[in-house]
Amino acid sequence: MASKIVVFAEVRDGRFKKAALECLSEARKLKGELGGGDVTAVVVGGAQVSSLAPSLGAYGADRVLVASADWLERYDGEAYSKLVVAAVSAEKPDVVLIAASLDGKDLAPRVAALLGAGLAADVTAAKVEGGKLQITRPVYAGKAYATLEVKTTPQVISVRPNAFPAEQKTGTAQVSPLAISFKPEDLPSKVLEVKAAKTGKADLTEAERIVSGGRGLKGPENFKIIEELAEEIGATVGASRAVVDSGWRPHSDQVGQTGKTVSPNLYVAVGVSGAIQHLAGMSTSKCIVAINKDKDAPIFKVADYGIVGDLFEVVPRMTAEVRKLKGK
Amino acid sequence: MQIIVCVKAVPDTATRIKIASNGQKIDQEGVKYALGPYDARACAKAIELRDAIKGDSKVIAIASGFSDGERDAKKRLKDVLALGADKGVFIADPDPEHRDPLSVAQALAAAIKAQGKWDLVLFGRQAVDDQNLAVGPMTAALLGVACVTDAVALEVTGDKAVVTRAAESRTETIEVKLPACVTAQRDLAEEKYPKLKDILGAGKKPIETFAFAWPAPAWEVKKLSAPPPRQAGKIVGEGPDAVPKLLELLQSEAKALTF
Ligand SMILES: Cc1cc2nc3c(=O)[nH]c(=O)nc-3n(C[C@H](O)[C@H](O)[C@H](O)COP(=O)(O)OP(=O)(O)OC[C@H]3O[C@@H](n4cnc5c(N)ncnc54)[C@H](O)[C@@H]3O)c2cc1C
Repeated sequence: MASKIVVFAEVRDGRFKKAALECLSEARKLKGELGGGDVTAVVVGGAQVSSLAPSLGAYGADRVLVASADWLERYDGEAYSKLVVAAVSAEKPDVVLIAASLDGKDLAPRVAALLGAGLAADVTAAKVEGGKLQITRPVYAGKAYATLEVKTTPQVISVRPNAFPAEQKTGTAQVSPLAISFKPEDLPSKVLEVKAAKTGKADLTEAERIVSGGRGLKGPENFKIIEELAEEIGATVGASRAVVDSGWRPHSDQVGQTGKTVSPNLYVAVGVSGAIQHLAGMSTSKCIVAINKDKDAPIFKVADYGIVGDLFEVVPRMTAEVRKLKGK
Repeated sequence: MQIIVCVKAVPDTATRIKIASNGQKIDQEGVKYALGPYDARACAKAIELRDAIKGDSKVIAIASGFSDGERDAKKRLKDVLALGADKGVFIADPDPEHRDPLSVAQALAAAIKAQGKWDLVLFGRQAVDDQNLAVGPMTAALLGVACVTDAVALEVTGDKAVVTRAAESRTETIEVKLPACVTAQRDLAEEKYPKLKDILGAGKKPIETFAFAWPAPAWEVKKLSAPPPRQAGKIVGEGPDAVPKLLELLQSEAKALTF
């Protein structure tokens, strides 16, 4: 059974997101397992995105459809969902893949509902069995996993960042334009103002490395030592809810069941006790390091490596040792 | 103004989840349920908006879910009525545990349309059990209205709302035509706690039943399984002197750091 797969390839700051490339590589793999077919990437963005599009071939796209206009530069759920739905209606794929970034989590359900399609969100594994796609996704905030089959055609799948590898091979994709059949004035909402928060750093949801601070930091001013370590190892800073509730860090930094779910390659928990709600958000991290002065803290039960000690001594030493390793 | 807020009964976040012996559902023994924490913020905002608007404004809470025992979604509607909502609408679901988000959105959209005129529908950004983050935007799409997700501020003026959305690495101020759907981030409203007299008074407020013929589900859940167990880790050492060893292990063994 040949299959057609459409992948929404998200652009940010003039580049494809790593999570988008992960989706494409997974689509290429699934195409093989489903007995061949075609992977079409859909790219939406400002004028520059057309020149980026051919590079998607190396990650698995056979073809790329590009909708570019200045007013599409920034993500807009209403506009982007219309365009992805237009592409899907034209391509008639079996599967639609969207990276479950923050914007992707806004986009995927809109696209699914407009198509009358089922959605499996934040998927962490996929395989083909008997010609059908079997999906694994966390439920009960990662305290259990569901294996399921989506029954509709197409099916929409949002893919958890960092759960699948992005593999660059060779190949170029054939690029064609995707018609934009509406104007911004036709949309029911209008963006009045955008304030950029921190830039450059990957969002927690997609970060490959995270250093999280907990109540053990004792005060907002001490997050400086967390930020310094994060800077040296190229990590994004996270926080426990205790820290957010105390107003030391914004809620957008919170990791856990009522914060962000993360799966980085490296998660360093500093002065975090490891409450069940915190673990729910980070226990699929590939490598967990815990630094805590209490040897019985629950975080050590999920940590791959731990140091029992005073974070105010351990963390600055870590930053210093990393600088040495980097030859600074 | 008619404001609708959609809520879900979710296992208390401190609950340890055990999978039932059939490998299909969770073991309900000892599981406590609560109003979803983001739903609670949506409710607080809905009530705040109603109280700020003069005239005949109402808040209607809609919940779909189990109809028995501790997990009964009507109990959560009572919570919302105690917070100040005017009326509850309950949609009985014979299998909420495995209900896919499109089906839930279809049920909610039908119940919302049955309320006659409505201006604003609020949701929590996510249910903290399924974490589909889907029901709000899906319901909006089915209703054919705009949706703003992850709202941290919301003001209504005339037939428009101005919503602040906490997007990725940016905050957007979005003007949206009403009727519209909005999903609540935590900072949309302060959490509210009902007074005893409001809890007692909630018993007198109406909870209607909305009958919904559930369509064939959009997915089939084959099984539930426990998360892959994590290998017991090792304590590398005590104090700052353990740092060089840790960094060596992160590079050579875990391959989680390279310089
Ligand atoms: C509905 C609900 C939802 C929740 N959602 C979340 C969520 O999404 N995310 C979340 O994180 N929590 C969540 N929680 C809160 C959770 O239960 C915990 O209260 C919280 O995670 C604790 O944060 P903490 O680990 O920073 O603080 P604590 O539990 O106070 O732990 C501080 C740790 O720091 C260590 N420490 C102190 N000083 C030092 C030092 N000098 N050096 C080294 N170590 C030190 C201590 O040994 C301790 O282990 C939720 C709770 C509820 C009820």
